[in-house]
Amino acid sequence: MQEELFTSGRNIPNIDPSLQIWHWPISLYLFLGGLAAGILFFAALFYLMGKEKQYPALKKAAVIPPIALSVGLLALVYDLTHPLFTWQLYTTFRIESPMSWGAWVLLITTPLSFLWLFSFYRSTFPKWESKLKLFKKFKFLEKFEKFLITNRTYMAYALIPLSIILGVYTGILLSAFNARPLWNNAILGPLFLTSGLSTGAAAIILLSRNREERHLFSKIDLGLIIVEIALIIHMIMGYYAGSQVQLEAMDLLVGGEFTLMFFGFVILLGLLVPAILEVIELLGFKVPVAVPAALVIIGGLLFRFIMVEAGQLTRYLY
Amino acid sequence: MVTSRRKFIKISALGVGGITLSASAVNLLASNPLLDAAAKKNLAKKLSRTATYCEVCFWKCAAWAYTDEEGDIKKVIGNDDDPHCNGRLCPRGTGGLGMYSDEDRLKTPLIRTTINGEETYREASWEEALDLIAEKFTEIKQKYGPESFALLKHGSPGSHLEHLFKAYGSDTIAEPAYAQCRGPRETGFGLTFGSWVGSPEPTDIRDTKCLVLIGSHIGENMHNTQVQEMSDAIDNGATIITVDPRFSTAASKSSHWLPIKPATDIALLLSWMHVLIEEELYNKKYVEKYAIGFDELKAHVKPFTPEWAYGITTIKPESIRETARLMAAAAPATIIHPGRHVTWYGDDSQRERAIAILNGLLGSWGNRGGFYFKEKISIPKYPHPAYPEPKWGWHEIGEQYPFAEMGNTSEVVKATIPNEDNPYPIKAWMIAGTNLINTLPQREQTLEAINALEFLVVVDTMPMEITGYADVVLPECTYLERYDGIRSATNRHPSIAVRIPAVKPKYNSKPAWWISKQIGDRIGLGDYFNYNDFEEVIEWQLNKMGTSLDEMKKIGVKNFERTSGPLFLEEGQDYEFGTPSGKIEFYSQQLADLGFDPMPVYTHHPQPPQGFYRLNYGRSPMHTFSRTINNPYLSDLKSENTLWVNPKVARILDLKKDQPVWLKNQDGILSAFPIKVRVTERIRWDSVYMYHGFGHNNKKLTRAFGKGASDAELISKIVVDPLMGGTGLRGNFVSILTEDPHKNTKV
Amino acid sequence: MRYAMVIDTLKCVGCSDCVVACQTENNVPHGYCRDWVTEAVSGSYPNLELELRSERCNHCANPPCVRCCPTGASHVIEGGIVLVTADQCIGCGACIESCPYDARYQHPDGYVDKCTFCHHRLEKGQLPACVSVCPTKCMYFGDLDDPNSEISQLLKNRKYKTLSPEAGTDPHVFYLI
Repeated sequence: MQEELFTSGRNIPNIDPSLQIWHWPISLYLFLGGLAAGILFFAALFYLMGKEKQYPALKKAAVIPPIALSVGLLALVYDLTHPLFTWQLYTTFRIESPMSWGAWVLLITTPLSFLWLFSFYRSTFPKWESKLKLFKKFKFLEKFEKFLITNRTYMAYALIPLSIILGVYTGILLSAFNARPLWNNAILGPLFLTSGLSTGAAAIILLSRNREERHLFSKIDLGLIIVEIALIIHMIMGYYAGSQVQLEAMDLLVGGEFTLMFFGFVILLGLLVPAILEVIELLGFKVPVAVPAALVIIGGLLFRFIMVEAGQLTRYLY
Repeated sequence: MVTSRRKFIKISALGVGGITLSASAVNLLASNPLLDAAAKKNLAKKLSRTATYCEVCFWKCAAWAYTDEEGDIKKVIGNDDDPHCNGRLCPRGTGGLGMYSDEDRLKTPLIRTTINGEETYREASWEEALDLIAEKFTEIKQKYGPESFALLKHGSPGSHLEHLFKAYGSDTIAEPAYAQCRGPRETGFGLTFGSWVGSPEPTDIRDTKCLVLIGSHIGENMHNTQVQEMSDAIDNGATIITVDPRFSTAASKSSHWLPIKPATDIALLLSWMHVLIEEELYNKKYVEKYAIGFDELKAHVKPFTPEWAYGITTIKPESIRETARLMAAAAPATIIHPGRHVTWYGDDSQRERAIAILNGLLGSWGNRGGFYFKEKISIPKYPHPAYPEPKWGWHEIGEQYPFAEMGNTSEVVKATIPNEDNPYPIKAWMIAGTNLINTLPQREQTLEAINALEFLVVVDTMPMEITGYADVVLPECTYLERYDGIRSATNRHPSIAVRIPAVKPKYNSKPAWWISKQIGDRIGLGDYFNYNDFEEVIEWQLNKMGTSLDEMKKIGVKNFERTSGPLFLEEGQDYEFGTPSGKIEFYSQQLADLGFDPMPVYTHHPQPPQGFYRLNYGRSPMHTFSRTINNPYLSDLKSENTLWVNPKVARILDLKKDQPVWLKNQDGILSAFPIKVRVTERIRWDSVYMYHGFGHNNKKLTRAFGKGASDAELISKIVVDPLMGGTGLRGNFVSILTEDPHKNTKV
Repeated sequence: MRYAMVIDTLKCVGCSDCVVACQTENNVPHGYCRDWVTEAVSGSYPNLELELRSERCNHCANPPCVRCCPTGASHVIEGGIVLVTADQCIGCGACIESCPYDARYQHPDGYVDKCTFCHHRLEKGQLPACVSVCPTKCMYFGDLDDPNSEISQLLKNRKYKTLSPEAGTDPHVFYLI
């Protein structure tokens, strides 16, 4: 029999018996970051393709990223144990630290997402403006809006790489930690990006009032789901072919305490069921599109929760 | 191994638009000075040091207490010049400041009182508490004679109170350290070599070539010098042989571990003697010169072959032969260690005799790598009138045990229980520095005695269980806050150490010397306490010894040259042992005269019945008995004990790691608290093991209350050593319950 | 100059003196620790092996905690000692997640704390508190770059291992076995 235990004193809050340094705020933030990245990516892409008129939901969806990123940021800061020192993030840029990348990308993307929204605000939400009368109160906004609209193309050009970095970063943040075998694989970046794009597409579907638009994003979403499933299979095969610690990490997801959550909620309800529903819908049957879209979003959120929680349970054996 | 000059990792901050702000530019957000201070607090302060010696166990290592400018004790570090610790304290000594900082300490005198029919304690002034105690001292003396007031003690406060009691006319004094711990080895070695083992043990472990431990778990018992020297022995490549049914830490460091069946040690020892004598491996010259009774011994051990022992001990004959040969090859630099806590099965003095005889056969007594001739320096007695002669005392109480050399706590307890035929009735106790509830076996008997007492006063630093039974509780300040007697202990050379208060006593606690003097003054014994402050006593003694208090405050420890001759026997030197014959007595006429076995014999002890396991217990290196469990530093290290169970047993009973279980012993006694299971291969399948000292049931000990189980409460059966009254504690068997047996009794 | 610690598991008895010494020396709050002791048992009765190890930050030559720190609070100083500057630390936990040894913890005051090899004592020419207090003298500390130092000699002449070398951190606490 092999036995390993602490002889003394290890009873540190959030570390013993297993790591629980990162809780729901991190999971939530990873999800919101991915969601915002997805929406911004599509919005910028279709704008550059000159198709923003065809797809009005994209403009409406522009409301989501600023809110999501702000809430995500708040969640992040809430999770810091030394929040008074948050400003220290912006005194330096650490090229090897995903956390540093994330802080800087957020610092640039969040205001940009606000500006992006503002440039569509009057045309997309005339009702709100009639209530708020912002442009009446603040004369300079006219000029500002004009300036933004003329520079929208540049904003879109900036948003595409930024949103991709943001989406990839939510995965790389975890995969950079080789101490946590479940996270430490290169698939996590693309996987989280794909998952973020897919939740973004699903959010656009939910906001869409236009059949053609929904159809397009259903197709996109379906494609993304297929890629995502492929990446997850790839990831699990990677664990399976990996070292002892990775095998143990895999056991958490396959045949361990997270199995039901992972296979039931993420893979089945969050990926397979929406994919089947979207196929059925594309074949011309009537399916309430909101259902698969909502499932995708919930699945995406749960996926991050599972990865964050389970990853912290995995460790090296001495 | 190749080490390249490594490059330091320095990722220079990328100049992102002049983002590298200087700290002063962002003063609004700048670092919180409080936090910074907290992080650097300990490192910047100037610390001053005070000489002390440790009181967390009885080893009494000399140390320095470091205090900061606010008069807070920050750390305790060993004194480099001290032969007890060589500048390195054990974890308990290092954590000793937890005794001082523990917020659960006794803070003020308490007097038992009845409020609305409920017995409770009320806080009292020292004046009132001491007056009450003095009154009781006088009353007991008048009614029954001073002999009926007993003192049960441990450690430094004991010596001050002992002086008070002797002045008062009572020699009814005992400490559990004798009959519940090391008594039998003193008797066994005393009968053989005419000398106690004593503390610290005069074992030359650092130079030994072969160390044999029999149930002694050095490394788990942190007897500092012993642990340090065992480490040296490992460095020197000494052979270590450990006999223990449990795979102890020491066993894991051993080249040979003999996993003996519990309660069969004497069979192994006799068989070792058989091998040494039959194979003529014993130290012939030494035995011829210094020992008597060899021929009787040879005849006595002839039948005890390794094959005979194998059937009893389950140790393979070849292992017995191999280890015996190893001991002989290393002799005389071989130590068969006497052990320390040796009250196991009731024939413990005889087992220790066997150990002593083995050492005698190998010639280790008085030889390098064996046992050295210890020496201590005597401290001049501070003048006081002669003590009155008590009519009876500890000796008479334990008179049925002819070889007892100290008070036997269990006998004091028995003499306290009212009985027509008892010529030595004890009516009142004073207890200092020992938690009898967790220290003595047969808790019911202890409680019966306590209930019969007319008066019980307890002196302690912590609200131990025993304080809950007292009429008066006196809060003693900790060793870091008081003067105490000069430490003089045996070692390779004599040394003394002083204890100087590092800080003023916390709360309303007082030193034991002050308590003794106050009581003495009140009962007309002022002449015995002819000083205002104990500092004067130490100063007077130090001056007599050719040093001074000022010097000792600076150095803490003073080492002296040996005056009694060399550490070891010279080649062919004549030597008079302290036995009646002046020789090492393999055959003991003293024992034979009183009708005892003159040479050790193996007797069979009961083995656990079906469904029961032998309750084995021992020490955790982080704790001293039950007294340190609440210490904030030490409870951080180990806050509860676990029940070690062999995987086979766990399979049979379907026990899982960390599952709470309750224990029920052969007499139906239940453990008060659950204890978590540790499934481990380190224990035999016929035994369970737990660390001693846990399972405190006084809620005032906030950290220790209800943590783990108490072995003491499950030790209801003892086997008494007929030679010296030691209480064998290892004959208790427990069954393991997975359901809470107290559930039905809870209201 | 490359500081390293060498710990002889053949002598360590797991008494945890190193843990208390660290706590009192460095004001580590109760309930937390910068070092700790691990016990590993293998085999089956009566053929057993027991290893006791005093563990702490390994002051890795390739420290993932320093790499992933977003503010530079975790950094390496002369001698290869990894330190955390409390008032640069934001408590994001990235370093804790990245450490395969679980050697870091969040101090109740918010910043991340860990073993410093008692670098404040080294500056005064003293040994780390844990090393200086160990009753079995099973811990050694010194300069790995000096081939004649006690630790270099020990590593030259004895079998040793490091913890989780497969994590690729190049740890600098060595265990003699």
